[in-house]
Amino acid sequence: MSFVETSLIQLEDVHFGYGDRPVLEGVSLKVPKGKVTALMGASGGGKTTVLRLIGGQYRANSGRVLFDATDIGQLQRDALFQSRRRMGMLFQFGALFTDMTVFDNVAFPLREHTRLPEVMVRDIVLMKLQAVGLRGARDLLPSQISGGMARRVALARAMVLDPELMMYDEPFAGLDPISLGTAARLIRQLNDTLGLTSIVVSHDLEETFHIADQVIILANGRIAAQGTPAEVRNSNDPLVKQFVSAAPDGPVRFHYPAPDADIDFGVRSTSGAKP
Amino acid sequence: MMGVFARVGAAVRIWLADVGHATALFVRLMLLGPACIRRFGLVRDQMHFLGNYSLAIISVSGLFVGFVLALQGYNTLQRFGSASALGLLVALSLVRELGPVVSALLFAGRAGTSLTAEIGLMKAGEQLSAMEMMAIDPVARVLAPRFWAGVLVMPILGAIFSAVGILGGWLVGVVMIGVDAGSFWGQMQAGVDVWSDVGNGFIKTVVFGLTVSFIALRQGFEAQATPEGVARATTRTVVMASLTVLALDFVLTALMFKL
Repeated sequence: MSFVETSLIQLEDVHFGYGDRPVLEGVSLKVPKGKVTALMGASGGGKTTVLRLIGGQYRANSGRVLFDATDIGQLQRDALFQSRRRMGMLFQFGALFTDMTVFDNVAFPLREHTRLPEVMVRDIVLMKLQAVGLRGARDLLPSQISGGMARRVALARAMVLDPELMMYDEPFAGLDPISLGTAARLIRQLNDTLGLTSIVVSHDLEETFHIADQVIILANGRIAAQGTPAEVRNSNDPLVKQFVSAAPDGPVRFHYPAPDADIDFGVRSTSGAKP
Repeated sequence: MMGVFARVGAAVRIWLADVGHATALFVRLMLLGPACIRRFGLVRDQMHFLGNYSLAIISVSGLFVGFVLALQGYNTLQRFGSASALGLLVALSLVRELGPVVSALLFAGRAGTSLTAEIGLMKAGEQLSAMEMMAIDPVARVLAPRFWAGVLVMPILGAIFSAVGILGGWLVGVVMIGVDAGSFWGQMQAGVDVWSDVGNGFIKTVVFGLTVSFIALRQGFEAQATPEGVARATTRTVVMASLTVLALDFVLTALMFKL
């Protein structure tokens, strides 16, 4: 079986921009089934945009976004919702419903999409909460739990309908080392035990390289590198090297484009003459 | 010169697109009515929430408006020797105008702002986005129950406002000033028509309920997902809802009570 046939997600020459600002300029990538794929790159590089394109929340200006061979961008609302039921997404800060308890948050998709009796809903929710270690926190409100716990609750909620694809938007941002390790292990474990396909958008090199099967680095709206963690780590590409070694200087600039500093500070006028 | 035309054209296009989006959302909310009846529990919870929010302010305001109406009305009526018509004056003023309008303004200020802020913050916290990704339509699940709850709760609040106002008028007119209780209630009973007065007042409250709930929800739904965005949206809810209610009141009054 070829690699193409086993990929769950495929982006083909995708262009996307917010207004006049291009974010993705011809991105093509494949996410193999059953693997953990890490999507990395500098902030504002379009990683979250890729997740939103896969989820159908944004539509590409050109190019195709295929989910299990279906072009997500062409789907009408009902068909899109059918596809989304096969996806789970973990938002950066959990996006829990603040007026509901942990239990009700996790039960929400079940109650909306199924007619399961409440006894069964309870069992499923408690099982999912057990998987993320928060069965005991079921009666707490989102305001009463920590950021790391909120993210685990959101993970349980995203998994409650047993999706085929899990998307994680910066699951490690702002976590302490213990929660970070736990979150990373959970992502890997869930992927392997439930036979999921996972996409992890992250900045955290160590943890992400540790759990990923494939790493894709996005920079300046294009794919800068793609391969196993080891391949990416040993890449000779200056941009990838800068990213992997966290160097401030390199192809990715530290400074946002600005006029010359000596003109801005009045040391030199625009005509070149010193004032 | 062309630049001016281009700018005007662009502004008109943006405005038209905005009107189009608003209309589409309004139509969707109206069409979601039957779905809301099927899941009436969601609407009931919101009615309880919105009604409770506004009940105290509506009752207290109604009482004071009734007090003032009785004082001012008595002052004017007794000059013409028709102080006995005080009950009729108070009841008609409240049922036809002040009940629907003032309760709608208070509803916009109290419940409308909280709706806008709630939806705006849900948007800012990516809760609406998360719902979409769970294949649940936020318009159907979050907006529609709130919209219909607002529409249903507004006539009740208007009725409470008018009833409490009439009691206030009675307290000041009959108990304090000493207008004859028999003529106060008798003239009211004879002069207030169930269909043309109470019925038209009821229609006004329904229209205002639609207006205020829709404006509040749309402002929240379209708010920029930042603290300033939500603050601006909340302010816009009060300003737009109040002005729209007053303008609609004029139109409805002109249509209902032909001179």
